[in-house]
Amino acid sequence: MMKLKVFYFLFLLGVVFSCKNEKETAKTVVAENKQSTVVTYNYSELKPLLEKNDDKTYVINFWATWCGPCVKELPAFEKINKEYADKNVEVILVSLDFPKQVEKKLIPFIEKKNLQSKVILLDDVNEDVWIKAIDTTWSGAIPATLIYNKNKRTFYEQSFEYETLTNELKTFLNK
Amino acid sequence: MKITKAILLLCVFALTAFTIKTDTEAGYKVGDKIEDFKLKNIDNKMMSLSDFGEVKGYIIIFTCNTCPYSVANEDRIIALDKKYKAAGFPVVAINPNDPNVVPDDSFEKMQVRAKEKGFTFPYLLDEGQKVYPKFGATKTPHVYIVTANDMKVQYIGAIDNSSRNPDAVSEKYAENAVDALLAGKKVEKTDTRAIGCTIKTK
Repeated sequence: MMKLKVFYFLFLLGVVFSCKNEKETAKTVVAENKQSTVVTYNYSELKPLLEKNDDKTYVINFWATWCGPCVKELPAFEKINKEYADKNVEVILVSLDFPKQVEKKLIPFIEKKNLQSKVILLDDVNEDVWIKAIDTTWSGAIPATLIYNKNKRTFYEQSFEYETLTNELKTFLNK
Repeated sequence: MKITKAILLLCVFALTAFTIKTDTEAGYKVGDKIEDFKLKNIDNKMMSLSDFGEVKGYIIIFTCNTCPYSVANEDRIIALDKKYKAAGFPVVAINPNDPNVVPDDSFEKMQVRAKEKGFTFPYLLDEGQKVYPKFGATKTPHVYIVTANDMKVQYIGAIDNSSRNPDAVSEKYAENAVDALLAGKKVEKTDTRAIGCTIKTK
């Protein structure tokens, strides 16, 4: 029991220290990453981003500005993007907004919320093909998230909170 | 040394952390027999599939007032009913959302929306959210085509292959399925996907 307490304390200590470092590096990112355009991808253009074989862990979130639960969970992804930047983690927010509403809704939303993660728009009519290709279990409901690196890949058709998201992310790191 | 320890601990923590399982496997599959249900229609009357009497089947669509993908498909849902009701495949729309979570999906708002858009089909509220889990619906819109004689699910999925842009539709999955059933043929594509909104629960 005592052992466990020490163990947990050390764990927390580790987290506290590592968080402190991340905050400093994150500041510079904020200044550089002012985004005012959103690049549109079709599925064949998006596909390479979903199967990279480098040393990074990718957190790919499928969302839209009109999707309440998506908007609610965005801060968790933003926080991951900031706090895990130096742990080789990259967050990409794949918007499924209506292509006609990019200028009117998506870009103003990104600016208003000051989103720092990379945002791209997926505009590809052949939904049946790419939804199944991204994950056979995905019914098409959003929010949905794909976490992957070269060793592991998991798809989640669900909402996340920061804690559940970091717990999942940690299963991909330090292996 | 400290860092290695922290990493090691993180690793152990990660291993012990619970994993989250998505439950998209629940509910009816193509070929399954469905149970009839009784839900309140916008005309304030309780309604079951059996109330349709002599029909060949049903195009059951989980949809709602508030999901932009549902709204983008409203005209297509009306068109489906207009095209297939006379042929024996009426549309039955069911709102699976909890109005306590989404006030604009309340029974009264459903009545308003149906009137505005001139719905030609029943629009039922899944009060208590007992019906949609049986189907395994995960989103709006979500289509289930069922044949009446055996009450079997023949098709699950999308209305067509371009939910966001009606002008870009090149394959009408739901229509193709009903056409095949009317012709006594096998449905070619029985499982299709489209983006949709999650069903809202407390």
